[in-house]
Amino acid sequence: MTLAPPPIASAGTAAPAAVPPAAARQLRATARIAAVAAPSGASRLPVLDGAGPLALRRLASHDGAARVCVVGAMSAPVGGDRLRIEAAAGPGSDLRVTAAAATLALPGHHPGTARYDVALDVADGARLDWLPEPLITAAGSDLIQTTTVDLAASARLVLREEQVLGRAGEDTGRLTARLTVRRAGRVLLDQETAYGPGVPGWDTAAVLAGHRAVGQLLVVDPAYEEEPVPVRVLAAPDGAGEAVVTPLAGPAALVTAVAPDALAVRRLLDAAAIPTGW
Amino acid sequence: MSRAALLVLADGRFPAGGHAHSGGAEAAVAAGRITDAATLEAFCRGRLHTAGLVAAGLAAAAAGGCDPLALDDAADARTPVPALRTVARKLGRQMMRAARATWPSPELDALAAARPKGAHQPVVLGLAARSAGLAPEDAAYAVVYETVSGPATAVVRLLSLDPFDATAVLARLASDLDGVVAEAVAAAEHVPREGIGALPARSAPLLDITAQQHAAWPVRLFAS
Amino acid sequence: MHLDHDLDEKFPHRHTYSAAEPRRPDGTRRAVRIGLGGPVGSGKTATVAALCRALRDELSIAVVTNDIYTREDAEFLLREAVLPPERITAVETGACPHTAIRDDISANLEAVEDLEDTLSTGKGGPLDLILVESGGDNLTATFSKGLVDFQIFVIDVAGGDDIPRKGGPGVTTADLLVINKTDLAPYVGSDLEGMARDAKAQRGELPVAFTAIKSENGVAPVADWVRERLAEWTAGPA
Repeated sequence: MTLAPPPIASAGTAAPAAVPPAAARQLRATARIAAVAAPSGASRLPVLDGAGPLALRRLASHDGAARVCVVGAMSAPVGGDRLRIEAAAGPGSDLRVTAAAATLALPGHHPGTARYDVALDVADGARLDWLPEPLITAAGSDLIQTTTVDLAASARLVLREEQVLGRAGEDTGRLTARLTVRRAGRVLLDQETAYGPGVPGWDTAAVLAGHRAVGQLLVVDPAYEEEPVPVRVLAAPDGAGEAVVTPLAGPAALVTAVAPDALAVRRLLDAAAIPTGW
Repeated sequence: MSRAALLVLADGRFPAGGHAHSGGAEAAVAAGRITDAATLEAFCRGRLHTAGLVAAGLAAAAAGGCDPLALDDAADARTPVPALRTVARKLGRQMMRAARATWPSPELDALAAARPKGAHQPVVLGLAARSAGLAPEDAAYAVVYETVSGPATAVVRLLSLDPFDATAVLARLASDLDGVVAEAVAAAEHVPREGIGALPARSAPLLDITAQQHAAWPVRLFAS
Repeated sequence: MHLDHDLDEKFPHRHTYSAAEPRRPDGTRRAVRIGLGGPVGSGKTATVAALCRALRDELSIAVVTNDIYTREDAEFLLREAVLPPERITAVETGACPHTAIRDDISANLEAVEDLEDTLSTGKGGPLDLILVESGGDNLTATFSKGLVDFQIFVIDVAGGDDIPRKGGPGVTTADLLVINKTDLAPYVGSDLEGMARDAKAQRGELPVAFTAIKSENGVAPVADWVRERLAEWTAGPA
């Protein structure tokens, strides 16, 4: 297949954003998703546990895949919060996760770093699509995000990360985001981005050159072992932003994009159209 | 340990191939992102706190005795674009040649045998420092200095920038260099307990994107 | 890296890492390495192309180019099809071609060793000759002895007939001085006899070849000299 833009259809299921009650400060919540392959071939969701602001919705599926939408029930993460999502695709299963809306990192009532950890596990023969909406770092926010992916040797993965530095016309908050992907016990990709107040050198010609949105799309497929995805340089049609498709040192392709805003980054990631055999 | 050995290792004339590389500066000059001493300084600061920090961590860990092959894998995982992996291995092989002639050691021989086409340059540099009797901190200093002096030298050639201005840029970055070295060395000290994931992995999206673009230029002055 | 003689005694050369080692790891004698230097436009690339055409039927040859702007010279040689592409390698020099052949020869050493490795088992047998062409630079650019066994310096009569008189390391010390484009001498008012006299004064017994490389058999004196060096090299000690 060619990766098409993910369906945003689920937006209608999002609950209206609620104002966090004072008691919700410094909230700790872990949401869990697990998919297994049923004997019929279709994937089921024996575990679908939302927690705190991380509500989970099962979406209708027209094929055998299990589909889940993460619904942000509150504005989070806020300073001091500890949020975590764990998703596991069991052997041979097919799990697709999207989100209803962007994640907005906000300053807390008290200063303090928020944490948002995502732990993904994909077993042999399984496929996971992890396609959330952008993370937006509002002015004054302070967030550490980690995304840790463990892939079995024959697992397949599509993962997108987009970071938008500040809402429109606003300075950015502080963000440190680490993406670590292990495959068959070996680290395939280990990258940290850090932007915002107090991060030296982030807003320079070597890093962003004034761009305010960054995106990555990672596709892991054992088939690339035989036939790596070729390097491709992408330019936005209107000149806003640039991107490159590159093979990693392993069976994976990564699109790296920078652009003035979220929309331009998404366009570049979509334009990458990484070929997969699925 | 001999402090003079650090001067030999960090000398821009150390024959390990660095002179043919601009550290991304040629692409940044062409894009109009480096135009003078001030923009050169900003570029160097950005490179230092991203690619420089990662390289310094790897070098410090290698100098401290961590398994160089595991570090080489860690360098691959931290280098998502093939243009930069190729450059790092090419320079690593050149560094290996110079290091084995300068400070021969069984550890260098073993890495050269295991990676005949070159290990990532910071790993080789760290091991060279170790062979020279230098400390992890020294290896990190050699790396961070090279991280900023490479682009500065290249920009003198590319823009005919006043060499005094370029050198003043390096001097103004001194406290940033100190800070990055301290961070890299502290991270490397965590490796024995926490594993290689403790090493910095800070990335610079534009360095990655433009390095890959630059590699396809038909006419260029620098190899990277 | 060049060491003084008294240093040589205290710190013997480690022959493993430079051109000084005349044997391959398997004990056979490696290809002779000949450098070609000289100012821009004097005819280095033309000489390399002509040498390849003259010698490729009798010798297994490879070429390393050192361009100022990356692959220009390599691409010229490829277009002219003087050798198959796998026998031509370009080294990038970061705007400093003389550094890559003299002060920091590591990239060139990688290139010649890779050619030896990849071509040793292919068609045509082990390499006999590697030509290392420098990027057009200045009169002081010479090759490190760690990189090449012999060097040729190419100048031309149109570049000024006072170049031999002015000397400089290339003119003075090269194993062969080629004075190219003799056919142009009448048009640019160059005094060939005077150049010969000056060259003799600068070089003593070292040979000088006056030639017009692009004319029929113009490269013959240079090709003959290369054959002699190869014979000398093959018969060499150790």
